Amino acid sequence: MASDAAERDAPSGAPAVSRGPGSPSRRRDRALPRVGLRALRVGPGLMLLIVVLAAAALSPVFLTTRNLGNVLSQTAVIAILALAQLLVIVTRGIDLSVGSTLALAAVVGALVFESVPSGAGAILAMLATGTAVGLVNGAVLVWGRLPHPFIMTLAMLSIARGLALWLSGGQPISGMPEVVQTVGGGTIGWLPYSAFLVAGLALVTLLLTRSMVWGRWIFAVGGNPDAARRAAIPVNAVLISVYVLSGLAAGIAAIVNAGRLNGGSPTFGELAELDAIAAVVIGGASFHGGRGHVGNALVGALMIGVIRNAMNLLDVNAFLQPIVIGIVIVIAVELDVVRERLEERLRVLQAARS
Amino acid sequence: MTAPIRTAPSVFALSVRGATKRFGAVVALDGVDLHARRGEVVALLGDNGAGKSTLIKCITGVLRLDAGTVEMDGRPVDAGSPAAARALGIETVYQDLALFDNLDPAANFYAGREMTVPRWLPRGLRLVRRRAMAQATENVLRRLAVGVPDLGAAVGLMSGGQRQAIAVARAAAFATNVVILDEPTAALGVRESRHVLDLILRLRTEGVAVIVVSHAMDHVMEIADRAVVMRRGRTVGELVPRPENREQIVSLIVGGAG
Repeated sequence: MASDAAERDAPSGAPAVSRGPGSPSRRRDRALPRVGLRALRVGPGLMLLIVVLAAAALSPVFLTTRNLGNVLSQTAVIAILALAQLLVIVTRGIDLSVGSTLALAAVVGALVFESVPSGAGAILAMLATGTAVGLVNGAVLVWGRLPHPFIMTLAMLSIARGLALWLSGGQPISGMPEVVQTVGGGTIGWLPYSAFLVAGLALVTLLLTRSMVWGRWIFAVGGNPDAARRAAIPVNAVLISVYVLSGLAAGIAAIVNAGRLNGGSPTFGELAELDAIAAVVIGGASFHGGRGHVGNALVGALMIGVIRNAMNLLDVNAFLQPIVIGIVIVIAVELDVVRERLEERLRVLQAARS
Repeated sequence: MTAPIRTAPSVFALSVRGATKRFGAVVALDGVDLHARRGEVVALLGDNGAGKSTLIKCITGVLRLDAGTVEMDGRPVDAGSPAAARALGIETVYQDLALFDNLDPAANFYAGREMTVPRWLPRGLRLVRRRAMAQATENVLRRLAVGVPDLGAAVGLMSGGQRQAIAVARAAAFATNVVILDEPTAALGVRESRHVLDLILRLRTEGVAVIVVSHAMDHVMEIADRAVVMRRGRTVGELVPRPENREQIVSLIVGGAG
């Protein structure tokens, strides 16, 4: 998105001030918002870098490979959920049900593994459960004409958690196949398998959003649903698909979570939906839809993981963690607001120029 | 883009005959005729509630006529949906522009009709040919002399006039027969209106019929080759707008004694 014009304007804007009368101040007026915009667009990455540097400076343990592996492993679930949540939020939606769906999928996977001791069976059960929940979310949202996805997925948050508790009798069910344990807890060198899974999913999501027609339709639907309908884009199918993908992501996250803890529990994924939403929001996606970036959503997830890890290492009171995360969310969204105001200013300047 | 097909000027690119549309007891269109040739700008005039929007919606497939025919190049057609109308080479610039503010001009041009590879995959799973679309978009914008400061920037960052120009250029790029513009200058200032009017005049050379719905009499005088006046669902007059007959047009619109 970064424009060539901005790159050209930025360096030439500063010397122009001393060059002559008339235009310089106007040139700088134009260059400033553009430079500001560029800084804000890399904003989330910059914030992560600052947090990482601060953590490294304060704790000698932070940059050790063992700890970094830990951070990646702890962040995997949030990151997987955030990738799909990003797609949902781009369509102006929200999926509050993913944490509960994760628990339901893990419980179903554990129950299937109890009766049929096969790795493929447990994995398929978890993926299918997540996908099915997502399909219900999307279908009821679109065909039930509910006023907002908040309502459907809030209901599903409750329903899926209830199902998970009911099916498991409220108790954790231990035992997961080897392959699931490896995906959730295994490592290659110091890098956890789950980190490779996240990287792979991120690449697929990036391909979807940047190069595939369907991904472009997701952004078009988020940008202007009415125009998308008039342009013959299958808006309903696009909307359903993002909730299906979100459910599928919850199923994949269930594999990671269940593998790491070697079992399925109805208490998995509590508040994970809020972590995922926070990661996406920290990554600069807009609730107004149509805007968001895969890399930034990952950065948001990592930011949450790094902050939690660093505060643990530094022995900070555990009750402080949610407070700090909350403050980070506000700062990140404030940057988003500033960016929108800058864009508005750019538009006015351009109107004045044309 | 396909090269504009030029037919004999006697054949109308678009011909609406006896168009009738009722909403319950209300007769919105009562046997309306409308013809447009290629290379001609036809202004569709009328006060609020005269039936202009209903007529446009029937041509673009949003509504269906109860009676009457729509012909293109002399052949009867049935635009049963907006997608069907697009396939017939009819493009509409809506008053709200129907732009995607979060996407760049090329993505706006090709939304819903992306250039893609490979053909054997289902449409949604294909890869977009981003560079080809950007190039084609740039060519159209240059041909129509639409200045866009930054082709990589989202349309939402552009001024009202630039956005209007992009919406018009998008219609021109894909219309092979008819471009319909609904109040193209209503939201614009004087200078921006000027740009868009020039752009509409340039559409004539693209070999399409242009239908403009407008309230701005000065603009109609300037760009329209012919004006069709509607009142209460009927065509009440058709004339070549000139400064001399301005009063006559206005009285046709409001239904005065003239």
